Amino acid sequence: MTSPLLVELSRLQFALTAMYHFLFVPLTLGLSIMLAMMETVYVMTGRTIWRDMVKFWGVLFGINFALGVATGITMEFQFGMNWAYYSHYVGDVFGAPLAIEGLMAFFLEATFVGLFFFGWEKLSARAHLVVTWLVALGTNFSALWILIANGWMQNPIGSAFNPDTMRMEVTDFMAVIFNPVAQAKFVHTVSAGYVCGAVFVLGVSAYYMLRGRHIELAKRSFVIASAFGIASSLSVIVLGDESGYAITDNQKMKLAAMEAMWETEPAPASFTAFGIPSMSDRTTHFAVHIPWVMGLIGTRSIDKEIPGIFELVQKAEGRIRDGLTAYDALEKLKVNHGDAAARASFDATSKDLGYALLLKRYIDDPRQATDDQIKQAAWSTVPEVPAIFFTFRIMVLCAFLLLAVFAISLWHTMRETPAPRWLFRIALIAMPLPWLAAELGWFVSEFGRQPWIIEGMLPTFLATSELGIPDLLITILGFTLVYGVLAVIEVKLMLQAIAKGPAVGANITPPIGEGTKIHLAAAQ
Amino acid sequence: MIDFLFNYETLRIIWWVLLGVLLMGFAVTDGFDMGVGALLPFVAKTDIERRVAINTVGPVWEGNQVWFILGGGAIFAAWPALYALSFSGFYLAMFLVLFALILRPVGFKYRSKRESPRWRSNWDWALFIGGAVPALIFGVAVGNALRGVPFHFSTDLRPFYEGTLFGLLNPVALYCGLVSLTMLVMHGAAWLAFKAEGPVADRARVIGGKVALATAVLFAGGGVLVWLGLLGGYEVTSAIVWDGPSNPLGKTVIANSSAWLRNFRATPALCLVPALGIVAPLVAAAGFRARREGITFLASKLGVLCIIATVGLAMFPIILPSSSNPGHSLAVFDASSSRATLRNMLIATVIFLPLILAYTAWVYSVLWGKVSETSVRGAGSSAY
Repeated sequence: MTSPLLVELSRLQFALTAMYHFLFVPLTLGLSIMLAMMETVYVMTGRTIWRDMVKFWGVLFGINFALGVATGITMEFQFGMNWAYYSHYVGDVFGAPLAIEGLMAFFLEATFVGLFFFGWEKLSARAHLVVTWLVALGTNFSALWILIANGWMQNPIGSAFNPDTMRMEVTDFMAVIFNPVAQAKFVHTVSAGYVCGAVFVLGVSAYYMLRGRHIELAKRSFVIASAFGIASSLSVIVLGDESGYAITDNQKMKLAAMEAMWETEPAPASFTAFGIPSMSDRTTHFAVHIPWVMGLIGTRSIDKEIPGIFELVQKAEGRIRDGLTAYDALEKLKVNHGDAAARASFDATSKDLGYALLLKRYIDDPRQATDDQIKQAAWSTVPEVPAIFFTFRIMVLCAFLLLAVFAISLWHTMRETPAPRWLFRIALIAMPLPWLAAELGWFVSEFGRQPWIIEGMLPTFLATSELGIPDLLITILGFTLVYGVLAVIEVKLMLQAIAKGPAVGANITPPIGEGTKIHLAAAQ
Repeated sequence: MIDFLFNYETLRIIWWVLLGVLLMGFAVTDGFDMGVGALLPFVAKTDIERRVAINTVGPVWEGNQVWFILGGGAIFAAWPALYALSFSGFYLAMFLVLFALILRPVGFKYRSKRESPRWRSNWDWALFIGGAVPALIFGVAVGNALRGVPFHFSTDLRPFYEGTLFGLLNPVALYCGLVSLTMLVMHGAAWLAFKAEGPVADRARVIGGKVALATAVLFAGGGVLVWLGLLGGYEVTSAIVWDGPSNPLGKTVIANSSAWLRNFRATPALCLVPALGIVAPLVAAAGFRARREGITFLASKLGVLCIIATVGLAMFPIILPSSSNPGHSLAVFDASSSRATLRNMLIATVIFLPLILAYTAWVYSVLWGKVSETSVRGAGSSAY
């Protein structure tokens, strides 16, 4: 069996590289759309201030984009590097959306992003606008396919285990694409990206307003950001991810963990506003309940029940026992592919095969497991409740704070009198919030899925590559160093570009530093 | 027609071809900007010269690199066992490639953000590493694939790689790394000669002439190594079931040092491909001297295509042989994804690949024309 340390290190590495990658992705998602909107205004009105805005925010977009791309390369390859068994086990289903992301989205985005930066003098205004929209479209399509892949990990529909090839294979690709969990996650995630873009533009504009610099640009940017931000944050909250949580047992388990809901309550369930959940006592101390709210959010109804953790664990125990039949049949099929009885028995129980694999943490051959081990395995389907409970609450709190910031900003931009300075200070302070919320959101989603890497199908601890501990230590150390250095450089360049500000009024912005001569004629 | 196209055997062979197409697409597009990176310290001495070299690829390298990303995704989707095995097996080598490739986007983007010579020279090194290291390692990986790699599968099809990083650095594989490095440097030089003006293009012509010659000689030398049986070879000895389940445990394979010549002996017309792999770089070498940049670049492109295709043709139907358990080798007929996935992916490719080629061509046409010191100076923020 794979050593537990190797599994933990592989998870740590994935968490580090994925969460780092997602510092840049949401800003790319949000800013690309905002750039396209600003440029649309420029092309429609012909006012050059809007083009200057596109160019200025484009510089910041570019600094961020480079790291998004750089860290995305790691993402595409580390499934194979660190998660070889996972890659074999689900590549048939999971690989396709990743490949289509490349074909349909990333090619579009990456091919046109060069023209976005280099094409100002080579393209007509309209053609450049089309290029900008194609970049924005590419980034958003990209998110769609990545979330289809991730959604399938949360709700693996349209697929089945094939005993001849010992892996999951696709049975209904349309079901994989139109997976309701994936669709909910897509809307939720891109909206969160738009919020990041809006907060970024709002915050930097507020900084200029406070300093009294670049007012024309900052004013317009502030208005666009507050309008875009309020729409996006409403979308994040109202079309929240929770719509996808009522679908499968594990999604239900995640929901129960987010709410620290141990017992099933009669519908509609109450919402635990605060409490201290305890894994060892299997209860939530000092819980403050708000009646009805949870049932409404979780099921969008007043009569559907949300199962509690105890009920779900009991169900998991039943599925483990059924899974053992599947496991036994599979072992027989391995020896004799033609064993018709074993195949029939496997087909009847294969959906629970993954549950039997949970026992591999305790015993090599799950069929030899004791009753206690089965109970233990059933309880292992409960994620770390307190961590999920609190991170979820902080994320939601961030979302509502941001909604308030955008609402106040928009209200002030619509008034005749100038906005107060405290508003700008708040906008500046609010800048880290959407990133905090986005990272916590991924934490809830992925940590809350544990112990599964593919929910109900493959436990995380079985999914790694057979690597040595030193291999992992070298790459974790390496990524930390490289990513750390790049983070420092990125932030410095961002601050430098913000301090320098836009080149308002110039037809062509000087390349770097002041005093560079501009050769208009040579630009052709 | 559709029935034929969508039967499992045809799909597997199509995806074997597409695997090659992606690798070749990567090598002929991203290959030249990696070549430019590797050449940067040698063709450009001053800052403005370096900016000329960098700006020949500045607006296009990002799109080019997607061939690599797509290659990874497509291998994952169409050849999951290959993806799982090679990336985890070549673990630290892959990490080095990632490390080098991470430096590229930031190198291109961040270099021009400050004027300090130290800042710029650091990023020049980053671009150099980002070009030279992957070019070398990809060749080393191909060399190891030709020799066979020690791995086996458990009955659950869990892959186990038995070698070490240093095992990958054997002389034969390093030789292949050298072939791939010179090949991509030739391609980068051909691009610079074609796209740049002034001293950068002049130096690229001189270096290009030499490395193109070296590419032809080294590739021909590789052929001699195969002839002498030093590069190994494997052949499938059990009956091949082309539409069987993708389970690599059901066949027998033996090591046979003349096996990589088998396909060429069986179908002599295939020898045209390696022959062009030698002739095209020679044409490029002559083109560099004759200052025929268009022909040079096309010849270089053809050379790259044929050199990569030669490897695929030599190994078919094997994709990645196991030296320790030859029977577990990955082959076209037992390492693919399911018929449904191959079909779905083919439909997606047929829709999107022509679109990609069309808009990429449009972007290149917009950017048509030479990059010179004056154009870089004059382009303001529209240049790196």
